[in-house]
Amino acid sequence: MKTAPRLLALGDSAWTLEFGNAIDPAINARVMGLADQLALARGTEALLSSVTDVVPTFRSLTVHYNPVEANAAVLGERLLVLARQACPATQPGRLWHLPVCFDADFAPDLPGLAEAKGLSPGDAIERLLDARFRVYMLGFQPGFPYMGGVPSELQMPRLPVPRQKVPAQSVAVAGAMCSVYPWESPGGWHLVGRTPVVLFDLRYADHPAMLGAGDEVRWYAVDRQTHDALAAEIAQGLPRETFLKALHG
Amino acid sequence: MSGLLDIVQPGIATTVQDSGRVGHRHHGMPLSGWLDGPLAQAANALLGNPLDHAVLELRGMGTVLRVKAGPVRVALTGRISATCLRTDGGRSTLPAWHSATLQEGDRLHLGSADSGSAYLAVAGGLLVPPQLGSRSSYWRAGLPGVLGRALRPGDELPCGAWTLTDPREWRCRTPWTAGDGPVRVLLGPQHDHFSVETIAQLLSQDWEATAAQDRMGLRLLGEPLRHIHAAAADIVSDGVAPGAIQVPASGQPMVLLADGQTVGGYPKIATVISADLPRLAHLRPGTRVRFESVNLETAHRALLSERDRWQRWLTTLETYLPPGTVDETALYGANLISGVLHATP
Repeated sequence: MKTAPRLLALGDSAWTLEFGNAIDPAINARVMGLADQLALARGTEALLSSVTDVVPTFRSLTVHYNPVEANAAVLGERLLVLARQACPATQPGRLWHLPVCFDADFAPDLPGLAEAKGLSPGDAIERLLDARFRVYMLGFQPGFPYMGGVPSELQMPRLPVPRQKVPAQSVAVAGAMCSVYPWESPGGWHLVGRTPVVLFDLRYADHPAMLGAGDEVRWYAVDRQTHDALAAEIAQGLPRETFLKALHG
Repeated sequence: MSGLLDIVQPGIATTVQDSGRVGHRHHGMPLSGWLDGPLAQAANALLGNPLDHAVLELRGMGTVLRVKAGPVRVALTGRISATCLRTDGGRSTLPAWHSATLQEGDRLHLGSADSGSAYLAVAGGLLVPPQLGSRSSYWRAGLPGVLGRALRPGDELPCGAWTLTDPREWRCRTPWTAGDGPVRVLLGPQHDHFSVETIAQLLSQDWEATAAQDRMGLRLLGEPLRHIHAAAADIVSDGVAPGAIQVPASGQPMVLLADGQTVGGYPKIATVISADLPRLAHLRPGTRVRFESVNLETAHRALLSERDRWQRWLTTLETYLPPGTVDETALYGANLISGVLHATP
């Protein structure tokens, strides 16, 4: 049975509508269903004019609002009604096919991860390429996608000691999650490859983050030469849509 | 006229800020923006600026600015002062809560922000190119220009257009300060990860601000807060907001500030209300703070009451004539200048 949504105050400037406490595509589909419903309602309902940011996460939708303008209690009640009414998003968002290069210097943790799981590096790569990933949410860094779908035979906890510097564009896995570090930063996930695709790009002012919650991603392998050529083309303005395979996955 | 400042010395923890980058949190982009809005807006008010103009947030010390094209009128707010070195070798102190007009070539040596945060506004506002609708610095997102990194010597800060029509400057006799008493919080959203006793412990002890703080967050030191069981120290990540008090397994709370991430995986025992968020900008290491739990209605009243208090403060601004200024208004008033003009053949 579906659990009823919970309305939680995140201070006096945000409400969180919570659908569960697990990482689960069905729960995330309810989150995205409410996000869609709310996007529609914001166009017509004056009550929602105080809403500033709508942030989907694995299992909840956080709705930030202007605390001066809003009648917070009334807004919360309305959001809870929408959450009860909303249908789970029936279709995933966009489907992306993204290139990844597995050269040794791009994938320092791949041999260790494969060995720990009793696989050859080639087998580990094959399993990553077979998997279809779902973007549950963005966070940690601007544009950083939390993508579920790492096959169980590749799942490993985070590194015991995080790296001080993870190179930008690194493709990484931890547990059931896969991601790409948009920026050089500290990080504790296993680095298994690198993508030439820029996941946060201010040239797209309306939507700087390429991926959105609900999107799906599949990886395809490219050699170093192709990786470098694509990186150069992207810098020159190769549109993101090049990697878009379908509007609905 | 449009002035231009350049950075002689960037100093420590000085950034450009406005009211923040609203509407991009679903991209993982934090809100950012000034930590103490009323104090930043007070600096704008002293110059007659729209209150949302971008300012410099001063959280450290050692920043030196030069007027590359002037004049530039400036105002400081907070517990800070500056020294102005004039091109003619003259030297004067620029106290906070007074506007002052700087001439081309003047250098402004900013002091340290003694309470943790202070602001410098310029007439017309700082016009660095906005990124995603805001002029707030955020160093972790590759924003181009000065918003995406620490300031460097030689960086230019263009100022908006303004007109010098009146030699009088503005000041206020009573500085604006954030309120005192306990910092008010709403419990949750994960207060059910803690026992009633632990919540009472959050609200009954003095917490000490530590040096582990920046614009992302602030770690507090006190008797550790225990979760109801070990597994309750982690949650499946959900949305966070500035003011959220996260409690990791160590039990030492971390209060998120304006540059805090958009999602987090620690339970949030409580969240500081909007009216009291500015006070978190002034918790220097060693400062003690207490929390008090309120409800949503009280939080809203407190916010409106702070806004009323600020509006009343605004009415205390007054003009004054800095020493050494020729009082043209008085001259006109006494008909002396027009008398001279009329005497001209």
